[in-house]
Amino acid sequence: MSRFFTSSIGRKYAMALSALFLMFFLLQHFAINILSVFSPNAFNEASHFMGTFWAVQYLLQPVLLFGVIYHFVMGFILEIKNRNARVVKYAKNNGAANSSWMSRNMIFSGLAILAFLVLHFIDFWIPEINTKYIQGDMSGLLADGEGYRYYEELTHKFVNPLRVGAYIVAFVFLSLHLMHGFSSAFQSSGVSSMRKEKLQKFGKAYAIIIPLGFILIALFHHFNH
Amino acid sequence: MNLTLKIWRQKDSKTKGQMVDYKVTDISEHMSFLEMMDVLNEQLINAGEEPVAFDHDCREGICGMCSMYINGEAHGPDRGVTTCQLHMRMFKDGDTITIEPFRAKAFPVIKDLVVDRSSFDRIQHAGGYISVNTSGNTQDANAIPISKHAADEAMDAATCIGCGACVATCKNSSAMLFVGAKVSQYALLPQGQVEATDRVKNMVAQMDLEGFGNCSNTGACEIECPKGISLENIARMNRELLKATFKG
Ligand code: HEM
Ligand code: SF4
Ligand code: FES
Repeated sequence: MSRFFTSSIGRKYAMALSALFLMFFLLQHFAINILSVFSPNAFNEASHFMGTFWAVQYLLQPVLLFGVIYHFVMGFILEIKNRNARVVKYAKNNGAANSSWMSRNMIFSGLAILAFLVLHFIDFWIPEINTKYIQGDMSGLLADGEGYRYYEELTHKFVNPLRVGAYIVAFVFLSLHLMHGFSSAFQSSGVSSMRKEKLQKFGKAYAIIIPLGFILIALFHHFNH
Repeated sequence: MNLTLKIWRQKDSKTKGQMVDYKVTDISEHMSFLEMMDVLNEQLINAGEEPVAFDHDCREGICGMCSMYINGEAHGPDRGVTTCQLHMRMFKDGDTITIEPFRAKAFPVIKDLVVDRSSFDRIQHAGGYISVNTSGNTQDANAIPISKHAADEAMDAATCIGCGACVATCKNSSAMLFVGAKVSQYALLPQGQVEATDRVKNMVAQMDLEGFGNCSNTGACEIECPKGISLENIARMNRELLKATFKG
């Protein structure tokens, strides 16, 4: 078993598993964010539930943190190992003849996502943890006590056009990452090609619709404010 | 046609190599790429220079010896062919053609365009076979029923000629298409079941030991493979390894 997880294929399984979990998380995150466009109330209720329910906070949140960290650390490790597997580079290499740009540049789209995640942590996650677990305010209410704070905080973040711009760029890279990543994760997990063909269409749709949705939500709040 | 060739010249495995420019004239479009190389070498020999060393044997696309990375692609711009089957009609008069050896840490250059692919042999030795009694009382192969579908898929996998184009093409120098094909051709047949667990474990372990990279599923290998070996073989190898791991 230990030999499996240090083998090249074992690493790919683990990479794919972490990626599948991240894609599932992204879908759930999207489902809650889209509520903010239609009903501030529903968005507040859902955010408060996710932010205070013990199973989410103490089970899913640590798994997610581990999943993200594992995914990008392993991404870097694989990148270094793969680069080392060819000491002398080709003078002329025509990668576009046989593979997509997305598939050859997962590390760059990944780095763009990582840069965004740092911003995202500073913007949302660290203030959340600070309010809830350091200041001990689990009420989810605004400072004046008039209703939930989540919707207010969200819309406030999207006032600054620079932040909205960075947000859009990051989601374009996420889309590129998933264009290759979605079907790649199933190939790594050994799903047979017959089933994969159907999954591929779904994957392309997922890779476009979800990031585009996040972008539209950001733009909606920016112009709606 | 008249061509400029940029060719990697390297005296031996220890000496540093470099790209050197050559000119060839009056090349017929009906020539194979290797015949064009023969013309160049004749020219070099007549001029008292060292000819360009390159691998070849059958010159009919079945042995897998001929290699070369031509204009940034393994076996050049044509699809489903080895370099010996690549025709000069794929190029135009006045073209500059860049010719390099297959590059991977696990394929060290021996001389010029010749690389050492014995890492593939060692992977095969680790499990790419079945142990059968050949002392005269061998069972008739047709006595074992095999579905047409399995037979066809096993045959497709078995057409891999071990050329190494998949490794040369892969941005990670991964050997997974080759190993996937070699694991699959037995995994699909009843004769391969007996040693299936050890086979996939040992072959993957040897592959990792040789210093090949990890698969990123770019699919470049499948496009450049002269025998059209499909990525499905890599997925099958991954399943086989998972299965073998649970079996212990
Ligand atoms: C945090 C920054 C990230 C970095 C640095 C990163 C890096 C990478 C790299 C280098 C690969 C290619 C691995 C390989 O070649 O085998 C990869 C694959 C993948 N990534 Fe990411 N990634 C990041 C975030 C994400 C996110 C947020 C998601 C999804 C929501 C995601 C989904 C995927 C998928 C589906 C794959 C394909 C897995 C496979 O081939 O088995 N990544 N990532
Ligand atoms: S899988 Fe294709 S490219 Fe790779 S060694 Fe076999 S025949 Fe050559
Ligand atoms: S020389 Fe045998 S395949 Fe080209």
